[in-house]
Amino acid sequence: MSIEISNVGKRFADFVALDDVSVSIPAGRLTALLGPSGGGKSTLLRIIAGLERADTGRVEIDGVDATTLPPQKRNVGFVFQHYAAFKHLSVRRNVAFGLEIRKRSKEEIRRRVDELLALVHLGQFGDRLPTQLSGGQRQRMALARALAVEPAVLLLDEPFGALDAKVRKELRDWLRRLHDEVHVTTVFVTHDQEEALEVADEIVVINEGRVEQIGSPDDLYDRPANEFVMRFLGPVTQLGDQLVRPHDLQLSTDSGDGVPGRVARVTRIGFEIRVEVTTADGQPVTVTLTRNEFLALGIGTGDDVRLRIAPNSPTTAVSTPAQRADLAAANS
Amino acid sequence: MTSTAVTPDRPAGDRRPVRAGLPLTRLSGLGLGVAMVWFSLLVLIPLAAVVVTASEGGWDGFWQTATNEQTAATLRLTVGTALLVTLVNIVMGTLIAWVLVRDNFVGKRALEVLIDVPFALPTIVAGLVLLSLYGPDSPLGVNVANTRVAVFLAFLFVTLPFIVRTVQPVLAELDPEVEEAAASLGASRFVTFRRIILPSLTPAIAAGAALSFARAVGEYGSLVLLSGNLPMRTEVASVRILSSIENDNPDSAAAVAVMLLAVSLTVIVVLDVIQRRVVRRG
Repeated sequence: MSIEISNVGKRFADFVALDDVSVSIPAGRLTALLGPSGGGKSTLLRIIAGLERADTGRVEIDGVDATTLPPQKRNVGFVFQHYAAFKHLSVRRNVAFGLEIRKRSKEEIRRRVDELLALVHLGQFGDRLPTQLSGGQRQRMALARALAVEPAVLLLDEPFGALDAKVRKELRDWLRRLHDEVHVTTVFVTHDQEEALEVADEIVVINEGRVEQIGSPDDLYDRPANEFVMRFLGPVTQLGDQLVRPHDLQLSTDSGDGVPGRVARVTRIGFEIRVEVTTADGQPVTVTLTRNEFLALGIGTGDDVRLRIAPNSPTTAVSTPAQRADLAAANS
Repeated sequence: MTSTAVTPDRPAGDRRPVRAGLPLTRLSGLGLGVAMVWFSLLVLIPLAAVVVTASEGGWDGFWQTATNEQTAATLRLTVGTALLVTLVNIVMGTLIAWVLVRDNFVGKRALEVLIDVPFALPTIVAGLVLLSLYGPDSPLGVNVANTRVAVFLAFLFVTLPFIVRTVQPVLAELDPEVEEAAASLGASRFVTFRRIILPSLTPAIAAGAALSFARAVGEYGSLVLLSGNLPMRTEVASVRILSSIENDNPDSAAAVAVMLLAVSLTVIVVLDVIQRRVVRRG
């Protein structure tokens, strides 16, 4: 059940939320819409669900033009950041809601709800009220409720955004496994690049209402299309006019080629050593090394070193002097 | 330290979850004591006094008053009209609250303030307003003076704000995402209202309805001018109580009062039961 979005635009008064966005989301995959908050990714998701109407453009779900269809007729499952639980109904009744509306038989509803509750590991919690569940459990209930109607596509809007770090991580792994079992076309919105890289088959990077890049996690990380994607998907540092990942920089103490600099500070964060080097022309550069690499080098604060970019590492040019100034400000 | 050991000199700022059956601290004991004395002085003792006065004439006296034709007509009119008015308020009050919360229109803030006028107005002033609008000299040409419509109108006027004001904040607090979730699961606007919104509003509607009914049953000032207080026709319970007192018959007055009390209590309990049912059924 693929989703085809063509030339979609959306404004809220003066604010352009989406500007001529075209994305095609393949069937059966887990796709992440990734970008900073306010970038338009949630608006795009809500337009796919029919909760928001596009000003221009076209949305096709499974080959059918859905642009003007109301949400009731789109057959999508939607999961909200804050669960949107029906508070007065038990967990069972929450999950059964879509089936009851479709006037399925009591027997069928009971069977299907049992299945789904087992799938989301809430088998023993069917008779509780949503307020008696933890955040993670509530979100799993919301997921079961959305899956109950066998939607063509499953849409999740920052589904783990309201949960604490540990539960987030668990649910992320669990969503990945669930998707491998259920195979429903899934689109989820997140501003957390780690979440997107870890869970998604395909990532759509959205910023300021436009698509910056579409690709697999490896594509995006190793071959970023532009400076924004490079910066957003992982740590960056600047060497000369090049943006580069701190772990793609090599340090040496010999007097060969490379940019000369002096070690300004060494910080250890767990298994990772962060070395801050100031180049001869005063540019601050961050390099990350593993503990063993660092020990082999045998350097400390004040030592002279040379900086090189490791072969085949992704780099992007810093585009404008203005942005260079921004970066210098951000690094200082 | 066990969970039941509560030292009396525990600092007052030390908060912990209150569990049933634990001994009270000195401070919360004092609080409970003050609350009970206050409630007793203002509510329980006067109510008990009314019941005692009513029972002074003995069961026969009470029964005689209750089955007196004029008293029975009074009670029928009062309770019947109050129930009818409450039903109207349940629909109209919810509707007005809905409009105030969900819609944007010119004059919304003015309406917001005006809703409370029936609260703020002294009831006798309300009575005067109703008399000049719907009395014999009505500028609208509508004369309902000395009819039961006058009683209905006066009840409606004074009870208007109750349901609006109880439903409004609850409606404003409802999460719009919950309605979107229902929509994406296939629920129409009507089904969403009936199965998701209404159950959330029901406790507030029931609370407002109870207040509205209680207020109507005891209403005096706003209707006394327009209804004409005709025995067997437009005389309400509060007027009947006053006339009993004036005729030096406090036992009869107390008997009517006790019956009103019983009716109010019953209605409040019934509303609560209905409310719980609606919420659970969803």
